[in-house]
Amino acid sequence: MKAEHNNEHYVLDMRDIGKEYYGTRVLSGINISLKPGEIHGVLGENGAGKSTLMNILFGMSVIHNTGGFDGKVFVDGEETFIKSPVEAMYKGIGMVHQEFMLIPGYSITENIKLNREITTPGILSRVAGKKLETLNMEEMNKDARKALDKLGMNVEEWVKVAGLPVSYMQFVEIARELDKENLKVLVFDEPTAVLTESDADKLLESMRMIADSGIAILFITHRLDEVKRVADRITVLRDGQHVATKNIEDTDVFDMANLMVGREIKMDSAKSVSNEDKAVKMEIKNLYVDMPGEVIRGVDLDIYEGEILGVGGLAGQGKIGLANGIMGLYNSEGTVRLDGKEVVLNNPEKALKQGLAFVSEDRRGIGLLLDNSIELNIAVTAMQIKEQFIRRIGPFTQTDNKKIRDHALKMIKELDIRCTGPQQITRRLSGGNQQKVCIARALTLNPKVLFVSEPTRGIDVGAKKLVLDTLLQLNKEYGMTIIMTSSELAELRMISHRIAIINEGKLEGVLPPDASDVDFGLMMSGEYHKVKGEEVKTDG
Amino acid sequence: MDKVKVMVNRFGLPRIIIVAFLLSLLVMAVMLEIPLNNLISDALVRTGMNGILVLAMVPGILAGIGLNFGIPIGIVCGLLGGLIAIELDLYGFQALFTAVAISIPLSLVAGYFYGLLLNRVKGSEMTIATYVGFSIVSLMSIGWLVLPFTSEDMRWPIGTGLRTTITLQGRYERILNQWGSFDLFGVTIPTGLLLFMLFSCLLVWLFLRSKTGVAMIAAGDSPKFATASGINVNRMRIVGTMLSTALSAVGIVIYSQSFGFIQLYQAPMFMSFAAVAAVLIGGASIKKANIANVLIGAFLFQSLLVVSLPVANKILEDVSSLAEIARIVISNGIILYALTQIGGGE
Repeated sequence: MKAEHNNEHYVLDMRDIGKEYYGTRVLSGINISLKPGEIHGVLGENGAGKSTLMNILFGMSVIHNTGGFDGKVFVDGEETFIKSPVEAMYKGIGMVHQEFMLIPGYSITENIKLNREITTPGILSRVAGKKLETLNMEEMNKDARKALDKLGMNVEEWVKVAGLPVSYMQFVEIARELDKENLKVLVFDEPTAVLTESDADKLLESMRMIADSGIAILFITHRLDEVKRVADRITVLRDGQHVATKNIEDTDVFDMANLMVGREIKMDSAKSVSNEDKAVKMEIKNLYVDMPGEVIRGVDLDIYEGEILGVGGLAGQGKIGLANGIMGLYNSEGTVRLDGKEVVLNNPEKALKQGLAFVSEDRRGIGLLLDNSIELNIAVTAMQIKEQFIRRIGPFTQTDNKKIRDHALKMIKELDIRCTGPQQITRRLSGGNQQKVCIARALTLNPKVLFVSEPTRGIDVGAKKLVLDTLLQLNKEYGMTIIMTSSELAELRMISHRIAIINEGKLEGVLPPDASDVDFGLMMSGEYHKVKGEEVKTDG
Repeated sequence: MDKVKVMVNRFGLPRIIIVAFLLSLLVMAVMLEIPLNNLISDALVRTGMNGILVLAMVPGILAGIGLNFGIPIGIVCGLLGGLIAIELDLYGFQALFTAVAISIPLSLVAGYFYGLLLNRVKGSEMTIATYVGFSIVSLMSIGWLVLPFTSEDMRWPIGTGLRTTITLQGRYERILNQWGSFDLFGVTIPTGLLLFMLFSCLLVWLFLRSKTGVAMIAAGDSPKFATASGINVNRMRIVGTMLSTALSAVGIVIYSQSFGFIQLYQAPMFMSFAAVAAVLIGGASIKKANIANVLIGAFLFQSLLVVSLPVANKILEDVSSLAEIARIVISNGIILYALTQIGGGE
């Protein structure tokens, strides 16, 4: 089925692309070239650099405001410097967005033709200029019809977008791009993420149709099976590096998963430990959490005394929802038992009182009182939950500033928080030190189980190691049970004893940290059971 | 030089501008031969009589409801307290403290329901509060007409309802101002008034250091953080609103005794603006406020008004009808400037 292109003409050629944000290198040495009519899959974990690459391609202002990028972009063999998304449009590069950029109150035609309307001169426009010409709805409808037909969509073009099924909206987005006459390259950014399986199938079919008409497609996704089905070639990114570009015939789902995840990591600290002789510390049964964007749909999981359990998975699959749900920050249902005692859900106060503590992934939003001092930040939760640092005088209470100060100084020393003093406000601290304040606050509660979400997000490499070391130390010295959620598989594998992978709101599986890259890759993209299951079948 | 910079930063540019303006007015006052000692006496009295109303802003700001433009609710409760004290035919400190004692529970109840309302309109508290204030003033205008007060001191001699201004002469007029007052270089220090204000500040300061106070500050600073720390954010907002309302009730009682009159009907309508302006000039923002902001703000704002009016009158002597207009322009001008400083002094 796949078209052969032997000529060396590329519609889009990105060569040796690199990008630095404030001294942190996020992309380097990326080469991607697209032939007309080719579907090119771009694979990578969250943070691999896919979106930065697209921002460069579309000349987004974030790129230009932060010092531009390295390397060259050629469109149709001509070196091009794209400065804005509008310019990208004129060069024939279009994008189908992950979130729909449609105006619900407009009809399909109006959405497709927005800002590119076909107009005819009227009386007013002769006086007042082109802006006041009348719309030629007939021509516009015809164009819209043509674009919709190309996609095999039989919905009427005058229907309002509001109320259309999600999959239709996706197709309207595509139709809008197709309607642009000079379209050469079309980027699909995780287009199937919001679609049902059958709709996704339809979408893949129409991608093939579009490609066959000579338009090159850049297909960004982490669903390996879809790439395998439609792509001609793939490029894999990892940590901002170009890992490989392969023809689809030369690779398979295992290989892709391996390329996506594979890292050289030091396995010095983490070893899979047998849990047979350990007591169950926390028992999660059939947990549902309604956290927008990170929904949990029925998870069963046991956490053992004194272990570090890593929770991994791709963004939006629900791993963040687990801790937030148990801590009562989002509506949840199900049973959670701590030391055999049921934890009251949907009530943060009770959860904290029962001995849970949480270092949130939203450090600046939930984790800190940004305009208050370090010492107050560390003490405030313990004051409310355990009445620590409080003197009682009859019915009245007063904060015990001396105790707070002493405790803060101790924590600052123990966790090596770099600050001008315990009275510095936390807004002025660096990300790593802010994170340590959050951890100090959780430790002040002296928790039985500590939840830590994305502890290293947005902090520099040196500080990352310190934060992870702190967690390890807590676990080793005090035997604290820690549940750490992270998008970075490498750090999970570095310190966890077991790693649970969450996919589509469910527990996909639990792996030891030294399991192979392939297994992790498959689990994170939800293919593990499919692929392994089939293997068993063919073997049997 | 660096030290100066640090000082300037700590004190804040807006306050330096206001102080400079105030000083230039004082210089003009001296040149126009307006006696300074009277001006300073007046400024102290006005600081003391407005101080508690300004203090009422602090719990509101810290609890996260922003600037409490709804203090007319508390003011109305305070007025009721004052009226009941007269109705009971009390005199002196007994009358004053009865007024305070009655107005506090009334305002706490009113503040509770007002807090419930504010919890339903998160994000637009200040606009809602302004109109709640307007509404309650208008509603109570009816109330003043129909409430069954019988004291001849308060009712219109003919017809029904209470007078617009009720004199406190002979009851508790200026009773706090005169308590322990003394003259210093020709300046009269209203000792009792200032002490009462400072005592109220001390109580609020102590509250802010209590367990509930800390929880309230956390809830106001970051509702998400507070929730994650097991703090009931809505309850804390209600606590802040109740406290703010109660303080404004006490504030108006103190204000009345210093003023010598209880003013009913439309008088409380715009009182919140002066209090808001004062706390902003003192360096507070919508999210942060402390006792120092209250003291500095009340003093600067009231001094400006006290000094600028006679100066303006003296300059516009020939066109005497302009004096009232000058008063309105100046006081609203200062309020407007203060509102532009809503981001705070940090």
